[in-house]
Amino acid sequence: MGTYVPNTEAQQKEMLQEIGFEKLDDLFAHIPDDVKFRGELNLPEGLSEMEVASAMKKLAGENRVFDSIFRGAGAYNHYIPAIVGTVVSKETLQTAYTPYQAEISQGVLQSIFEYQTMICDLTGMDVSNASVYDGATAAGEAVAMCRERKQNKALVSAAIQPSVMKVIETYCFGNEMELEIIPEKDGFTDVEALKGMMADDVACVYIQHPNYYGNLEKAAEIGEIAHSAKKCKYIMAVNPISLGMLKTPREYGADFAVGEGQPLGLPMAFGGPYLGFMASTDAMKRKLPGRIVGQTVDHNGKTGYVLTLQAREQHIRREKASSNICSNQALCALAVGVYLASMGNGGIRNVATQCYSKAHYMAGRMAEAGFTVKSDDFFHEFVTESDKKSSDVLKALEEKGILGGYPLDESRILWCCTEMNSKKDIDEVIDILKEVK
Amino acid sequence: MLVFEKSRPGRGVSALPECDVEVLAVGEKDRRESELHLPEMAEVDLSRHYTELERKSHGVNDGFYPLGSCTMKYNPKINEQAASLEGFTGVHPLQPAETVQGCLKVMKETEDALCEITGMSRFTLQPAAGAHGEFTGLLLIKAYHLANGDTKRKKIIVPDSAHGTNPASAVMAGMEVINVDSTPDGLVDVDKLREVCDGNDEIAGLMLTNPNTAGLFDPNIKEITDIIHSCGGQCYYDGANLNAIMGWARPGDMGFDCVHLNLHKTFSTPHGGGGPGSGPVGCKEHLAKFMPGVRAEEKDGALDFAKAEESLGEMKSFYGNFLVVVRALTYIKMLGREGIPQASKNAVLNANYMMKKLSSKYDIAFNPAVCMHEFVMDIGRQAKETGVTAMDIAKGLLDNHIHPPTMYFPLTVHEALMAEPTETESKETLDQAIEVFLKLNEIAYSDPEQLHNAPVTTPVTRLDEVGAARHPVLKYDFEVSNE
Repeated sequence: MGTYVPNTEAQQKEMLQEIGFEKLDDLFAHIPDDVKFRGELNLPEGLSEMEVASAMKKLAGENRVFDSIFRGAGAYNHYIPAIVGTVVSKETLQTAYTPYQAEISQGVLQSIFEYQTMICDLTGMDVSNASVYDGATAAGEAVAMCRERKQNKALVSAAIQPSVMKVIETYCFGNEMELEIIPEKDGFTDVEALKGMMADDVACVYIQHPNYYGNLEKAAEIGEIAHSAKKCKYIMAVNPISLGMLKTPREYGADFAVGEGQPLGLPMAFGGPYLGFMASTDAMKRKLPGRIVGQTVDHNGKTGYVLTLQAREQHIRREKASSNICSNQALCALAVGVYLASMGNGGIRNVATQCYSKAHYMAGRMAEAGFTVKSDDFFHEFVTESDKKSSDVLKALEEKGILGGYPLDESRILWCCTEMNSKKDIDEVIDILKEVK
Repeated sequence: MLVFEKSRPGRGVSALPECDVEVLAVGEKDRRESELHLPEMAEVDLSRHYTELERKSHGVNDGFYPLGSCTMKYNPKINEQAASLEGFTGVHPLQPAETVQGCLKVMKETEDALCEITGMSRFTLQPAAGAHGEFTGLLLIKAYHLANGDTKRKKIIVPDSAHGTNPASAVMAGMEVINVDSTPDGLVDVDKLREVCDGNDEIAGLMLTNPNTAGLFDPNIKEITDIIHSCGGQCYYDGANLNAIMGWARPGDMGFDCVHLNLHKTFSTPHGGGGPGSGPVGCKEHLAKFMPGVRAEEKDGALDFAKAEESLGEMKSFYGNFLVVVRALTYIKMLGREGIPQASKNAVLNANYMMKKLSSKYDIAFNPAVCMHEFVMDIGRQAKETGVTAMDIAKGLLDNHIHPPTMYFPLTVHEALMAEPTETESKETLDQAIEVFLKLNEIAYSDPEQLHNAPVTTPVTRLDEVGAARHPVLKYDFEVSNE
């Protein structure tokens, strides 16, 4: 059996005696009989570290790690500089709790303040929180934030990531906000339909840009339509990598920028932990959920950082809080900070450019293999249509150690390219696709 | 100094090769116009910057961290090793089931173990944190009532000693909170509860943690859950304090219908400066068909993703904070059937030892004969006699390299310091801490000013929080720095 209890049996006995008990079990004597658990837990016997190391390695070995990945659809394969892993493995940063005691948490607080600054810089917004669980819960929280007494309806584009839509639905099931879906037309949000849906009771318009199909929405125009209703807010979900090339949500007129932070230095890791970023204009800052770090001074006038605007939060406001969020994804936010600091301005532009260029190169070659690309206005994901069955296509790629695009159905596949896909790998995929009957 | 102030244009990390296809640019309508101000740093600068941030922080590895209700136990390193295996980190969440059998096994084994420890029949690993788990559990209860055509049930009972997340989660689930006061002993007032519930067909349920936030096991627990059930409500167990009772009592046997656990508390995964955590939710059979997300289920000799028939939807994308689950499973495998109850035993022993030794000088809230994993010191007397508050004692601890207990919580005790030593602290550590606490009490009477001014040995002294909230500076201002 493994244990992390340092006290020896002799010490345990000594401690028990000092507090007037005979055996450890006596400390549980006051648990009433009708709820006391009897017997042994039906769990395997405990093991040594060597045995556990080997068991976990075996489990990890039962997964297939693809060398060549052309799948995105919400989780993206990017290069993570070595320093990112080193920093997030630092024991103190890893094992600290939420920085309630600011005097001994300046390192954690400063890292969050730096993260908030970088998210604001990328998105063009004024204020960022310290992260939420992932891009989908960021969407759910953002929609909920926009609700006003007379604005109880959210308009959400059908062209967003399906799992994000599901989470928005869940949050609306909870708070009983009305949810209406803006239809999709040819892979884009249907702007004309949106115009017809606008009304004074609309709390927000939510789109994803680039959208689920990789396409670049008419984001500025949608923003203008959203703001045509008095109190309506415009929420844009963005892929943070795209901001090395694309206009910021602020430039498109958004009130809130949210998104999945995973592409910024977090491994795909079977879906988590990731991080949801949330940033807003200054006017909306007191509605943001979650932790926010602010700069201040100590008694000697020295600059320092604290958790601030806490009057929004659950531990102060209880049922009147803007959200229930307590734990966030702080260590992931640290990873994002290190990633952006190591990539720098040039690096992030380079990643965006490579994603864009490679995806367009690949899309340009798809016709040779009998696949039609429906749009040319996309960032780093695009949809193909073909008579070749998606399942056959993906199987053929899998046999060659390649994880192909994500099958939308038996004729359409959603492909993704990042800086990780070399020209040679792309050419190989095209060659294999040509062979599929 | 902020990372931005260390930035020098032209520096960088040589991360990527040159683009090997024709370089293209997006059309003008979507081209970014605003400048970027990300740091430009050599790798050596980065390494030193973050080492400095680490030095200005305090983790479980640095010393005693008795932060009540947070279970800051030691975070085993084998957990980290397991979670960094490429077979886990390199997997795309949308790979076919047959290529992720290892991940599905991790999900299945974890679910089975958590069911056994809590007495539940099903678990979802999707919720990302405790509060997210609470929200999930309440939505399960909501879905259950709605499926029964019980549309009136919108009221949820929350004791005044509950974590702030409980009422906040209830509101997110569209419920109205009824606060029920505690008895003078710090327990649920059963008579008042009965009064509220009797014949009340608007009660959705009850949220409770047992042992409660004062570290007390409620002996009336079965009666409490019976009262809720008899008026048609459901009982939700906040698992924040599970570390006290593993192998001794199970929420399922106490009459709870669903429960969330905090893997980052009870199951030893690190807190990461605030997250990521993991807040799996378990439930009994009658709620199982509403569970969110997917679980791993055996099908034709292999594991596959399975969705509950009337699932309430998704709580987040994919399957939860998976690498946190990997860490927790590693821990469960290490401890096993004997080690898990042993952890709880020692957590309770350490708390009682500390409480007993401190009770000579500190008032213990509700004055229990035995506490569970934590106890609450009431600094009210010192505050009255010396002006030294719970805050001052906490700040005095910082100068002694001890992370303070949770301050001013539960709200039912005005000058509260809630201490949870956990099982992974030795007698020597506890003795040293006890000595520090007793010394601070002496200083409160001999030189209170010293404690009002504490801490003095930390990187900064007490910070102006009021000023920070009144004139928020929430990011670095690049324009000011350019002037």
